[in-house]
Amino acid sequence: MAVRRLRPLLSTALVAAITALTIAPLLYMVVVSFMPRGESTTLPTPLWPSHWSGENYYELLVRRSIDGAWFDYRIVPALVNSLAIAAIATALGLLLTVPAGYAFAKLRFRGRARLLQILIGSLIVPGQVAMLPLFLIFKELGLVNSYAGVILPSLAGIFAILFVRQATLAIPDEMIDAARIDGAGEVRIFVSIVLPLLTPIVVTLALFLFLGSWNDFLWPLIVLADQHLYTLPVAIAAIGREHAADGELMMAAAVVTTMPVLLLFLALQRYYLTGLLGGSIKG
Amino acid sequence: MTRQERAAWLFTAPVLAIIALVFVLPTSLALALSVTDYSIYALADWSNLRFVGLGNFTELLSTPLFWRALGNTMLFAGIGVPMAIGTSLFTALLLDDVTVRWKPLWRVLLFAPYVTSVVATAVVWRILFNERFGLINRALGAIGIAPVDWLGDPHLSIPAILIFVTWKIFGYNMIVFTAALSAVPGELIEAARLDGAGRWGRFRHVTLPAIGPTLLLATVMSVAGFLQIFAEPYVMTQGGPAQSTTTVLYFMFDEGFKWWNLGQASAVAFILFLMILAVTLVQTRIGRRYEWL
Repeated sequence: MAVRRLRPLLSTALVAAITALTIAPLLYMVVVSFMPRGESTTLPTPLWPSHWSGENYYELLVRRSIDGAWFDYRIVPALVNSLAIAAIATALGLLLTVPAGYAFAKLRFRGRARLLQILIGSLIVPGQVAMLPLFLIFKELGLVNSYAGVILPSLAGIFAILFVRQATLAIPDEMIDAARIDGAGEVRIFVSIVLPLLTPIVVTLALFLFLGSWNDFLWPLIVLADQHLYTLPVAIAAIGREHAADGELMMAAAVVTTMPVLLLFLALQRYYLTGLLGGSIKG
Repeated sequence: MTRQERAAWLFTAPVLAIIALVFVLPTSLALALSVTDYSIYALADWSNLRFVGLGNFTELLSTPLFWRALGNTMLFAGIGVPMAIGTSLFTALLLDDVTVRWKPLWRVLLFAPYVTSVVATAVVWRILFNERFGLINRALGAIGIAPVDWLGDPHLSIPAILIFVTWKIFGYNMIVFTAALSAVPGELIEAARLDGAGRWGRFRHVTLPAIGPTLLLATVMSVAGFLQIFAEPYVMTQGGPAQSTTTVLYFMFDEGFKWWNLGQASAVAFILFLMILAVTLVQTRIGRRYEWL
């Protein structure tokens, strides 16, 4: 009897311990970012700040004059760039892929099956193969070193199209046919009948797209040469290579980069995780 | 053209056009580029471009660093995939236990690292792995283990980065496996229990076959993902120490965008593609044999 009552306690404790271990690096990141300069490199390694200090954030975020010259780490501009790029990429991505996903699921048109096959097959090709020629194409088009250069490749959302298609298949044909008989146009059917039903999927996809754009590293690193256009990951990597020893400063930079998406995820986790759980059951 | 067809093209043409421009066209050009000596001279003036046939590929095969990068990438995938998939499966099985309370809370927290930026968390882990001041060595010291030079020792740099990568990504497949496990019929497991199957027996003969297809798909995608490791060594070790963490993609990036040997780099990209294709085909075949696909 005692064993049976202990089991929930033991299994829950084990999961809690693993969770604590998983979350610890993120908590430590926040704690160290508030330590006074240099404290994290004292022995024994401190687990808690001697006093909570905002100096790392001040140093990182505030533009100031040193010996008459203006200096900053360009984190605030990078934050603005990252936000703008992720927002535009998400909005355009949804606009392009949601109608396409619906069309591949429910509209009859010549070449549909063939196109779908090609899209599925192309998932196997790693994006990096396209990157080198893409850089040259963008150079010819004058898109290197611009927002458009960062955003455009992320709009080729093959995965997103297939994701939306999969979800749309669950909508009964009768609903759409009934609207057609009532004389509704195809665009109208999509906007006022299909889209409301797809809302949870659209929210999930929006979060996917936003996170993907916000965290993307290799392509922005390639296509952006101008420091004023750096996104956060590119800016952090650049600072990290110069200020590797500056633990507290780097932790503050990591907090600035991770917190916005962590909070966004926590706010929308219900949609995101259900979307993942549902999608994976179907295959 | 019917009304439906017109609407369908209106809905699909824009995104298909973008896919053609940023994916199909460059992928085909990559093949063309890989048989040229495209370098910084051709970047300045196209007339400097020469056709070299398979020259880039044969040159790669005699470049020691390329072989090194290939070997490192194999190590990353060979150790990383079982490590990451194993962790995901282990946590999913733990969470699947009926006696565990507050499951949604654990799920969200265990998933959290997945949504963070690789670059930012790599910076965090570089500090955690620090030999003198890192939290990890402090924790090891508490149980009597001498400080380990995680990122400075060529034999430990790959395992160290893999610990970080596993931490970062295991939540994703954990959720995928959770979904698959919830679809395993409870009566089957109960029947096996009544037949006297132990915990391992039930897992091996009931659960595993049921989640087999999901497991295989996750493994295929993980292999592809691990073959494409780049940001982690770029931030944590810069490919070192002693080139022990230079991956194929890292090699391609340096070759292409540091030295501007875009012809050579395209050849590397193609070899990477062939590797991913080969692994996927082999894995799909194994899956078919066990009737998982």
